[in-house]
Amino acid sequence: MSEAAEQPAIERGAWPGVAWALRRDLRLALRSKAELGVQLLFYAVIVTLFPLGVGADPALLRALGPGVLWVAALLASLLSLPRLFAADFGDGTLEQIALSPYPLPALISGKILAHWLTTGVPLVVLSPLLALQFGLDNGELVALAGGLLLGTPTLSLLGAIGAALTLGLRAGGALLALLILPLYVPILIFGAGTVEAMRAGLGAGGELSVLGAALLAAAIGAPLASAAAVRIALD
Amino acid sequence: MLEAHGLAARRGDAQLFSGVSLSLGPGTALFVRGPNGSGKTTLLRILAGTTEAAQGRVLWRGERVGPFHPVLRACAVFIGHAPALKDELTIEENLASLTTLQGAHPEHAAILDALSAWSLLRQRTLPARVLSQGQRRRATLARLGLLSRPLWLLDEPASALDDAGHITLRDTLAAHLAAGGIAVIATHQDLPVASGTHQTLLLA
Amino acid sequence: MNSINWFRFASPASFFPVAGKLARWFAVLAVPLAAAGLWLGLVVAPTDAQQGDAYRIIFIHVPAAWMSMFIYLVMAAWCAVSLTLNARLSAMMAQALAPTGALFTLIALWTGALWGKPAWGTYWAWDARMTSELILLFLYLGYMALRHAIDDVRRADRASAVLALVGAVNVPIIYFSVQWWNTLHQGATVSLTAAPKMASIMLIALMLMTFAAWSYAIAVAMVRVRAIILERERRTSWAGPLAGAAR
Repeated sequence: MSEAAEQPAIERGAWPGVAWALRRDLRLALRSKAELGVQLLFYAVIVTLFPLGVGADPALLRALGPGVLWVAALLASLLSLPRLFAADFGDGTLEQIALSPYPLPALISGKILAHWLTTGVPLVVLSPLLALQFGLDNGELVALAGGLLLGTPTLSLLGAIGAALTLGLRAGGALLALLILPLYVPILIFGAGTVEAMRAGLGAGGELSVLGAALLAAAIGAPLASAAAVRIALD
Repeated sequence: MLEAHGLAARRGDAQLFSGVSLSLGPGTALFVRGPNGSGKTTLLRILAGTTEAAQGRVLWRGERVGPFHPVLRACAVFIGHAPALKDELTIEENLASLTTLQGAHPEHAAILDALSAWSLLRQRTLPARVLSQGQRRRATLARLGLLSRPLWLLDEPASALDDAGHITLRDTLAAHLAAGGIAVIATHQDLPVASGTHQTLLLA
Repeated sequence: MNSINWFRFASPASFFPVAGKLARWFAVLAVPLAAAGLWLGLVVAPTDAQQGDAYRIIFIHVPAAWMSMFIYLVMAAWCAVSLTLNARLSAMMAQALAPTGALFTLIALWTGALWGKPAWGTYWAWDARMTSELILLFLYLGYMALRHAIDDVRRADRASAVLALVGAVNVPIIYFSVQWWNTLHQGATVSLTAAPKMASIMLIALMLMTFAAWSYAIAVAMVRVRAIILERERRTSWAGPLAGAAR
């Protein structure tokens, strides 16, 4: 049974923690597939609403396209973020995660990675198809998809901070949006900017580099901030 | 091994308790009694490190441990009111997941033994969603045997347990204490455990 | 200086009377500063060749904008202190500053719009500084909304502190990305909120107004922190009677 004399190992590496959270969250997501589909559908519906709202003038849609696709991606991301911690918080698992010997930022990174794989990646894959509605040409589609590929993980990372801060609060979703959307602004600007750059003949390298740098910074900072926020919420 | 000096806790504006001290050596069980709302859960959570005491300090093996201290996270197992089971996973998967989370890597056979000790062997492939309260309680307690942790912090472990579950709980506790472990248990009911020294703390 | 034990003031009870004194001094100081600044700016400073008298709104707009950013930094600094030292009073200071910071942001936005109409024909032109100011307003409102949504005071302190620090780190990033966005979409244009060439008298007036705004902010923050202290410490023996009298 329990060997009280044994001193358990106290130092635990980060990667097993990431792996544990990634595997478990992916398994849980795959067992409730309906939720994944809804979020993708939401993205498609929002994108379709814009032409219905502003008219189908091709030149107008071409100009609006990148912005619309990005804003819709932000909103779809916001929709799925509460799910990141809420279920674990409700059934007591989050407390066990926080008490694990594995570093909490590592465990949270695994959860965020699983979240991005199940919500961000499908969005990236679908976006070129939706972008055709706005008349983007091939080069622009590639730039858009590249920007979303680099930007959606950052959306998940920053969003995790907001999700952790608003755990269990009544105002939940709307408050999360208010807190996170200002932080999303730079990602939005440079993401939509990839297409603008292509149109100006400059190539999207600069914007993509900025998005990549933002991703690196967020990948380091966001799990730390989220871990602090989770501990505060559990107190 | 586990000491606390002058612990005080508040919830909102109300003072829950103050001046709580304890000293537990190996093989000791501390039963925390008190009416609802007296702070039993809060005391356990302070000892587990999920919440910070308003005053006082906790020491493990002479070392001061604050909230989420790595030593506490490695040496204690905390089982609270919520069973921490994922509805979509089977009992077996839940148990494996929770123990791996705590850094243990039990053999499949060990997991089956633990389930069988708590009379859950037949239900092991059922998703946690369909379990009764009592079965959930047993499923969450089953990990005690798989984690070699010296400090057990149990919040109302006997709730929803039937007679057989009670017996298994008492046996599990007895073995833990006999091996030199410590347990702090918040409970309404009496838990006559066969071995170890017992202390009682009453939170008014 | 080295004989003062600053930590003595770290408890709300001992800071309470100090805050009262500070509030009185800075309130008194703000009045002549504002009067002098407004007189210089509205009456004495010459009419601008290009913008006429409409430009005079900068004597409110610019100090308000500076204060809105400065207060956010001070607020974030108090939040950092409250997280690292686990100090209640620091969190109360941040809580006291936020509404004043938001107010200055609103004033900056409003006066910016009022300036835009006569000067360039439009109330809102999406220029970089105004857009960043708008996002700063959302950051303030987000902080206040998060505090308001959390019932437990301690959790509210710590969660909003994390938020303020995350926001503070992001403010320069947001500012530069909005600037970049602006140059991309507007091409080379006049910066819409460029003040006219500064005669020295205008500069003096701006400085006076800035100091006046700063004094006002301190005075108001001290008054508000006293109210917060009473509210949060009302169960203690020293605050109870005061809180009861205040009600």
